[in-house]
Amino acid sequence: MYRYDEFDQKLIAERVKQFDRQVTRRLAGELTEDQFKPLRLMNGLYLQLHAYMLRVNVPYGTLGSKQMRRFAEIARKYDRGYGHFTTRQNIQYNWVKLEDTPQILKDLAEVEVTAIQSSGNCVRNITSDQYAGSAKDELADPRMYCELLRQYSVLHPEFSYLPRKFKIAVTGSPNDRAAVAVHDIGLRMHLNEAGALGFEVLVGGGLGRLPYIGHTIRDWIEPEHILSYVEAILRVYNMHGRRDNIHKARIKIIVAQMGIDKYRELVEAEWERIKDGPLQVPDEEIERIENYFAPPQYDALEDETELLLAQSADNAGFDRWQKSNTVEHKVSGYRIVNLTLKAIGLPPGDMDADTMDAVADLADRYSFGEIRVSHRQNLSFVDVRQRDLLELWKALDELKLARPVLDAVSDMICCPGLDYCALANARSIPIADDINRRFVDIDELADIGELKINISGCMNACGHHHVGHIGILGVDKRGEEFFQLTLGGSSDQNASLGDRLGPGLPQADVPDAIAAIIDRYKSLREQGERFLDTYRRVGIEPFKDAVYGDKDRKAVA
Amino acid sequence: MQMIIANRLTDGLVVFYTDGGGWSVDIAEGIVITDEADEDRLFKAAKSDEEHCIVIDPNLIDVAVEEGSPRPTAIREAIRAFGPTA
Repeated sequence: MYRYDEFDQKLIAERVKQFDRQVTRRLAGELTEDQFKPLRLMNGLYLQLHAYMLRVNVPYGTLGSKQMRRFAEIARKYDRGYGHFTTRQNIQYNWVKLEDTPQILKDLAEVEVTAIQSSGNCVRNITSDQYAGSAKDELADPRMYCELLRQYSVLHPEFSYLPRKFKIAVTGSPNDRAAVAVHDIGLRMHLNEAGALGFEVLVGGGLGRLPYIGHTIRDWIEPEHILSYVEAILRVYNMHGRRDNIHKARIKIIVAQMGIDKYRELVEAEWERIKDGPLQVPDEEIERIENYFAPPQYDALEDETELLLAQSADNAGFDRWQKSNTVEHKVSGYRIVNLTLKAIGLPPGDMDADTMDAVADLADRYSFGEIRVSHRQNLSFVDVRQRDLLELWKALDELKLARPVLDAVSDMICCPGLDYCALANARSIPIADDINRRFVDIDELADIGELKINISGCMNACGHHHVGHIGILGVDKRGEEFFQLTLGGSSDQNASLGDRLGPGLPQADVPDAIAAIIDRYKSLREQGERFLDTYRRVGIEPFKDAVYGDKDRKAVA
Repeated sequence: MQMIIANRLTDGLVVFYTDGGGWSVDIAEGIVITDEADEDRLFKAAKSDEEHCIVIDPNLIDVAVEEGSPRPTAIREAIRAFGPTA
């Protein structure tokens, strides 16, 4: 993991002191809310429906056990005993007090965590593959480039007041688990014909009110030019971004209006001017940061195929979990383990303080003290010995973190919705809960297979509904909550935006509609087809028929 | 019928303007306004508390009184008044 150097520490300590003074002035009545709001947002502090909400960065989703324990402490001491892992690999606290926030930021700084740029019109937390460094299918660990971009973009004077927020995601694997195509900038690692490592650069993807899949602006760029190329993209955006209209201010709108060819032309011209300047990353700097992400001291182990087969034969629960929630590792004798934060009755992504502590202990015991957060609101231990899997499964099962539902119907992405969020139009957590309770049978979930349901409580799409295999969007119609369904979205390497199924449904009808879609899929699927494959083959009509039948499809909402 | 809702500066909690010119986290202690003249007067007082950095964004919301207890008619404000439903 990256460790702060003296520059990081100094910068963060100064920033916390500065915010402490700003809060003091606000509490003393020297700053109005209008004056204070941009200052608090720069430090991740929102005012939501019920209270202040603090969003804390988990850079590229990588956490140490020490940091997780501090998250637990903060949940207990300053909040209501829990936190919420978000679709941007961060953690949010829903009930913090303004007067406590400077101390919270100090407590976080002690364990090298900040809330800087977790809000505001700046470059946000750089996100990545939760399996980075351990995935069998990756070309190289992408986190070193995430860290390079983090250091470059934190408190960057030119890019602290962009037209709108700016999100960058990086994947080192051709199997995209970081949703790079729906980010303002997406970086996909590739090897060129000579076998050298570089990046394909995507630009102008995004969700929200007007969703777009990103365009490839450059097929391949050398790692040493990553910063200058990102700077060229940001600079062109900063010049041309629509500051006059918040709904048209994201880079995706400029790219769509200007056209990718014109945008590329401007970026390339700017890049030609700056590429050989100070932003060219020296090899020694790449090496220095790379060293922080050196692989842990793996034991020399063989794969434990026989042992796992025997343990699975003895224990059906372990067998299901192992098949569903663990993933192949690049090193023999190891496996990646996913902790599903999707227990029935709990909001997706929520975790209480005691469970955080227990997870930290398990990480120390089984996975080199490291924990990952995924954009699907789960956690992962990415370096677990295969021989420890059974023991770990038992411990996770006791914590209700071993539900074998990874990528299944119950593994929903869900924003906080109208239960917490000041922007939301409808509640999303109760919808997730209704669906979860409808599909409790693990065998049924396994039979349905991979089916990602993403739920957002408003058009801002924090729940990524556009790229859910089934997307659910909450809308307000004359004071009542309705839910619009989309089908066929995906955020992987073959990203696509979902198609709207028909009129919005009242909350009570959503589980039946999901069940009808799933039944129709089961009747139509061919051997080995996932829901998304079947949908792409047969199109939307059979599913419209399954949900609406002969009903007027334009009625209701 | 209306009430005045806001967030308290120090902790952000949802509060209701009360009969005594203060703020309470308990909706039952908030004043239900039935008269237009009262509405203007009380809302001005609430806005003054915003200027004095006691609360943030005071707003008038519609309420219905059921069995003697006020309840916001809009779902958003009802969730603010009574907390998350999930």
